[in-house]
Amino acid sequence: MTAETLAGAEADPRRRLRVLASQEALLAIAVIGLAIVVGLYNPRFLAARNLSDVLLGNAYIAVAAVGMSMVIISGNIDISVGALIGVLATISGTLAVNGAPIVVAWLAALVAGVVVMALQGVIIAYLRIPAIVVTLGMLSVLKGGLISVTGGKWITDLPDSFHLADIELFGALPFPVFLMILVTILAALWMRYSASGRAIYAVGGSAEAARLCGISHPRTIVMVFALHGLFAGAAALLYATQLRVIQSTVPPNLELTIITASVVGGVSILGGVGTVVGSTLAAVLIAEIASALVFIDVSPYWIRAVQGVLILVTVIADILRRRRMAGA
Amino acid sequence: MSEIPLPQAAKRVVPWWLLRHETMLAMILLIALIVLGGFNNRFLTLDNLLNQGRLTTEVGLIALPMTFIIITGGIDLSVGSIVGLCAILLGYSWKIFGLPLPLAICFSLLVGAAAGFLNGIVITKVKVPPLIMTIATLALYRGLAEGISQARSVRGYPEWFYFVGQENLFGVPAQLWLLLIAIVVAAIVLDRTTFGRTLYAIGNNETAARFSGLPVDRVKLIVYTLSGLMAGLSACVLVSRVTTTRSDMGIGYELDVIAAVVLGGTSIFGGVGTIWGTVVGLAMIQLLKNGLALTGVKGDATIVVIGTVLIFSTLVASSLQRRREGV
Repeated sequence: MTAETLAGAEADPRRRLRVLASQEALLAIAVIGLAIVVGLYNPRFLAARNLSDVLLGNAYIAVAAVGMSMVIISGNIDISVGALIGVLATISGTLAVNGAPIVVAWLAALVAGVVVMALQGVIIAYLRIPAIVVTLGMLSVLKGGLISVTGGKWITDLPDSFHLADIELFGALPFPVFLMILVTILAALWMRYSASGRAIYAVGGSAEAARLCGISHPRTIVMVFALHGLFAGAAALLYATQLRVIQSTVPPNLELTIITASVVGGVSILGGVGTVVGSTLAAVLIAEIASALVFIDVSPYWIRAVQGVLILVTVIADILRRRRMAGA
Repeated sequence: MSEIPLPQAAKRVVPWWLLRHETMLAMILLIALIVLGGFNNRFLTLDNLLNQGRLTTEVGLIALPMTFIIITGGIDLSVGSIVGLCAILLGYSWKIFGLPLPLAICFSLLVGAAAGFLNGIVITKVKVPPLIMTIATLALYRGLAEGISQARSVRGYPEWFYFVGQENLFGVPAQLWLLLIAIVVAAIVLDRTTFGRTLYAIGNNETAARFSGLPVDRVKLIVYTLSGLMAGLSACVLVSRVTTTRSDMGIGYELDVIAAVVLGGTSIFGGVGTIWGTVVGLAMIQLLKNGLALTGVKGDATIVVIGTVLIFSTLVASSLQRRREGV
């Protein structure tokens, strides 16, 4: 980060190139470029209805990817978030159907999300068990628990007021899109300008150096996971309220889509680097690709493979770029 | 491993081998067997136990190379997806491309090995952390399976193909022989060969292993390729047992496999572990599933238990290790 700024200060033209070549700019270009190319092939892709459906239906992935990005920047990983979103959606829906005040149903998802993730954070940070083991275990606990408690029964007859996703702000801006933008901007500002936000980068970059600077490593990790739980709760609400039913199952491979968004958004898996602006753009790009497949007559069954290739390419590019910078 | 007999250890009344992780686990296993047998008289029968061996083979075949990988300090999350991809390609190369079935089996094994090789080459050459590389290929390989199959299944294999999955050989399920041979080979390789000892060296200190002139990259490449190959073998056994091919085969295998290996005392931090531990871990997990099922617990609830067991066994192992290191 600092090295980049210094190099930029020395050679101004190169700095402008850097900005253009940043992950966020590349993603924004990709999002627009893809829309144009697919639009030329099939103009129906560019219909306002389709584009807004793509954004609406996938805003929850971007919201969850903000939390995931923090987790990865802090040098950890979480593969339980997809299962958690399924559980939180079910909790919230069950409460709403059984006559709890709607606000309580909404808050329950947020609180439960924070509790589950903070618990994982404590196990990871204080008991020093690798995040992959803890979250893999939690994934199966949540997934198995959800199906055995609900039997996979769908929740229907949700009260109309429950549907957050239906709200439109200023007459035109759908709430999920608004929340996606708001969460991204707030998180980006917080991570860039506040001490506690910067601590996430410090811990992920070098745990030892962070400790010497007086940053509590375990406390930062628990904070990151608790926030991640909060975003997962918000994502679960968007997910639960966009359809008229809640399926009471774990959305298959949702965690992979969320991780893909974070990684493709430029969050380095080696920790310490990345922004949530990138992850939100990447979430939009991935949703756009999934939609584009249909419009260019490619079976949507290929979307998972596309995601795999995207992660692979970004990760390899990230590592090669770092190596070149270290070598230069 | 690190069990150099210390002077004060000699004074202990309890013999050292009794305190080993594997021995303790085996004793817990024995007690669990007796308790579950007491609850349900169908549990402790030879038929049931052999049948459980049949069911555990697919996970077991993958758990052996996973032990190697975790000993080196790595991990492979893509094994379940490789099972899915190999199963689909077995079915498709036979039914759609019209390969003879034996050739299709070879092809599917080859694809498994290639999938593992890709993991290994990127992990060793580009230095992508194994966790992220195999999350990427977890998505990629499952995506290929889904894309190739388009959610269609393949069935109607010739009768002889079901032998491995469903018949007995000398009174023991046929695939269990496969697993037994694999266990013996893996145990000998890990314990008695330079290759096996290199795995521990890498897990204990990769830089030191490199400076000692050990072929670190080559050894890692081999274990990841082996992991893919065994996942391919597991896919063939699975298809032979359930007689059909679907793209969602092997989903969640990584949980069972990693849980068995970690429960068996292999340290997730690398450098510590045995094949015997993994075998006992496998038996524990399968008997837990079976015992719970017989006492009326549904299948979904058993993965709750396995997840909990995974977290707790890691917790116990790491706190024991910390105490042993005398902090």
